Amino acid sequence: MPALVVIAVCLTLTLTAGPILLAGANPLDAYGEYLVVPLTSRYTFLEVLVASTPLLFTGAAVGIAFRAGYWNIGAEGQLLLGAVAAAGIGQVVGELPPLVTLPLMVAGGAVAGAGWALVPALLRVRFRIDEVVTTLLLNPVALLFVNGLLQGPWRDPVSGFPESPRIAAGAELPQLVERSRLHGGFVLAILIIVAAWYVLARTPAGLRLRAAGLSPHAARFAGIDVPRTLLRAALVSGAIAGIAGMSEVAGIQYRLTGGLSAGYGYTGIVVATLGALSMPGVMLAALFLGDLTVGASSAGRALAIPSQLGAVVQGTLLLVTIGLLAVRRNRLSRAVEPAAGEVAVAAEQVTGEELPAAATAIEEAGELEVDGWPEKDRPDPTGESGRPPAAGESNR
Amino acid sequence: MTFLVDLLAATLRNATPLVYGTVGETYAERSGVLNLGIEGTMYAGAFFGFAAAYASGSLLVGLGAALAVGLLAGALMGLLTVTLGANQHVSGIGLTIGLVGLSEFVNRLLFRGGELQRIEPFPLVEPPAFLGPLAPIFSQYALTYLAFLVLVPLAWWILRGTSFGLELRAVGENPEAADAAGISVARTRYLALMFGGALMGLGGAVFTLASLGSFTLDIIAGRGWVCIALVIFGRWRIGRGVIGALLFSAVYSLQLRLRILPGWGDVPFELLLALPYLVVILALAISGRNVAYPGAYLKPYRRT
Repeated sequence: MPALVVIAVCLTLTLTAGPILLAGANPLDAYGEYLVVPLTSRYTFLEVLVASTPLLFTGAAVGIAFRAGYWNIGAEGQLLLGAVAAAGIGQVVGELPPLVTLPLMVAGGAVAGAGWALVPALLRVRFRIDEVVTTLLLNPVALLFVNGLLQGPWRDPVSGFPESPRIAAGAELPQLVERSRLHGGFVLAILIIVAAWYVLARTPAGLRLRAAGLSPHAARFAGIDVPRTLLRAALVSGAIAGIAGMSEVAGIQYRLTGGLSAGYGYTGIVVATLGALSMPGVMLAALFLGDLTVGASSAGRALAIPSQLGAVVQGTLLLVTIGLLAVRRNRLSRAVEPAAGEVAVAAEQVTGEELPAAATAIEEAGELEVDGWPEKDRPDPTGESGRPPAAGESNR
Repeated sequence: MTFLVDLLAATLRNATPLVYGTVGETYAERSGVLNLGIEGTMYAGAFFGFAAAYASGSLLVGLGAALAVGLLAGALMGLLTVTLGANQHVSGIGLTIGLVGLSEFVNRLLFRGGELQRIEPFPLVEPPAFLGPLAPIFSQYALTYLAFLVLVPLAWWILRGTSFGLELRAVGENPEAADAAGISVARTRYLALMFGGALMGLGGAVFTLASLGSFTLDIIAGRGWVCIALVIFGRWRIGRGVIGALLFSAVYSLQLRLRILPGWGDVPFELLLALPYLVVILALAISGRNVAYPGAYLKPYRRT
């Protein structure tokens, strides 16, 4: 997997040389400005960590959900709801000490994010309604909700701008380093990533989640309650995205604003994909994209390359990575075919499943390494009609 | 009466980009590919259509550019999801991020921070005089007439009445069977994605070449996602999708008009605007397991 990411990054940089040349800059200078320069001064280095903070949260949120085979595209909306909850709590706590208010706001953000994730998750596990569309459609609804609050009840009475009043001083996340914007949210994000890594890699709950993602049929056969696992993954994912919103409100903006999230929920998908859905990977990918974000604005000043190139690089990187992953999977399953021939035929007769299920079985026996992308074993959103019953069901 | 006529006219006008987008997305999804690149494709159509019209001084060149950008975006989506079999929703989100970024990047390069550039947009078609008070309803852009009188019937007929439409639906319902019947799954899906992408590009260009005559950031403002909702609301049928677009547009146009009336200033119109999304989710929840998704929805096809 690391090799694949390196190839993806190189390929992306080659592809984006076109737009850089179009802007009249030397691509090599531009790469230096994008990737290296931000790390060379104290201020910009800390800004990289600031820019990575929301991406660490959303990357982890998306990564956990995708790992379980739950396609949460709604981190953006869950983040906004977390921000609303945090701003609401921050406005009413008054003189309470930070030791009380901050945990309260984290909890509020998590509950709000998980709550926003609840309906699509329930629809998915109860009625098998495809969560991609429902989670996606709730993003604009969340943005409208925020705008409604800011145009109406929460409009700042002092300035009259569509921004909420400032949160109480005790509700602000502490500054970590003098003369920088780096705040406690960064530490919180790292803690959450470490915790998520531990749970995924070292606990039965994590094993169940990964099993449900790799092959729901096999997981069910092994006695795992797949719907329940999916529901939990979806809620945890929403909660972490909600905390991202809390972190932006309490660490950067100190109020609710309409432009609070620069698409962090969507960038989380880039982070999770680039990080191969593993928590250490997510951490590196978030730092990398944070570097790129800071680099994009410094390249804008130094080389007159519009900073919007950052988004072009992000999009290209996502497409290249997902394309390379698909290419590798195709090659792998072809390579597996002769070896797994008999198993595959047997599996096909029993379950009507395609070959990769057999490939997964072999992988788990330790003969082959495949990344954790749940893809082919996605449950059929059309429901069960016209489909032979799976082995696990008929045996019960 | 004038209010109603005005509202009806605005409904048709505002529904136009949604109709292009919805029909385009319907084609993609009926062939078995969920194209979440629609938001970015409409954005790129809006920008590159405008840029080409601005540079050449011809609105038709602008339309052509929007169409070409949409075709390319559809082809790229095809390369990822059909040829490579990559994850459809991640591909679509990536396409949207990339195309929005690219449009804004080129926008900054071409019109470097200067004042807002304008072009003379398409004029409204003058309705004949005998319509009297109803005339404003028919005072529309040529692109609106094209959408409702040509595109919708044609797209419906192609899908229902031609062999290509049958192949497209077969490929979306049961690619294995279609393949066995000698239909090229890849070719059909590419065509559906490119045709759909071209329509999405045109839908975006309606904003810059007809309604506004200029390009502003965030010009699509989530209307691509609205189209995704409308396709499902219409249960993957062209006609019902168009009705959904008209309903959404009616609500949208109504709130724009109420907003400026005295006494209505404090009503949370955001709630009204959120309705189409919520209605779709509610409809999905009510119909539950019975939602008739295209059979091969979200599934890449590979010969085994």
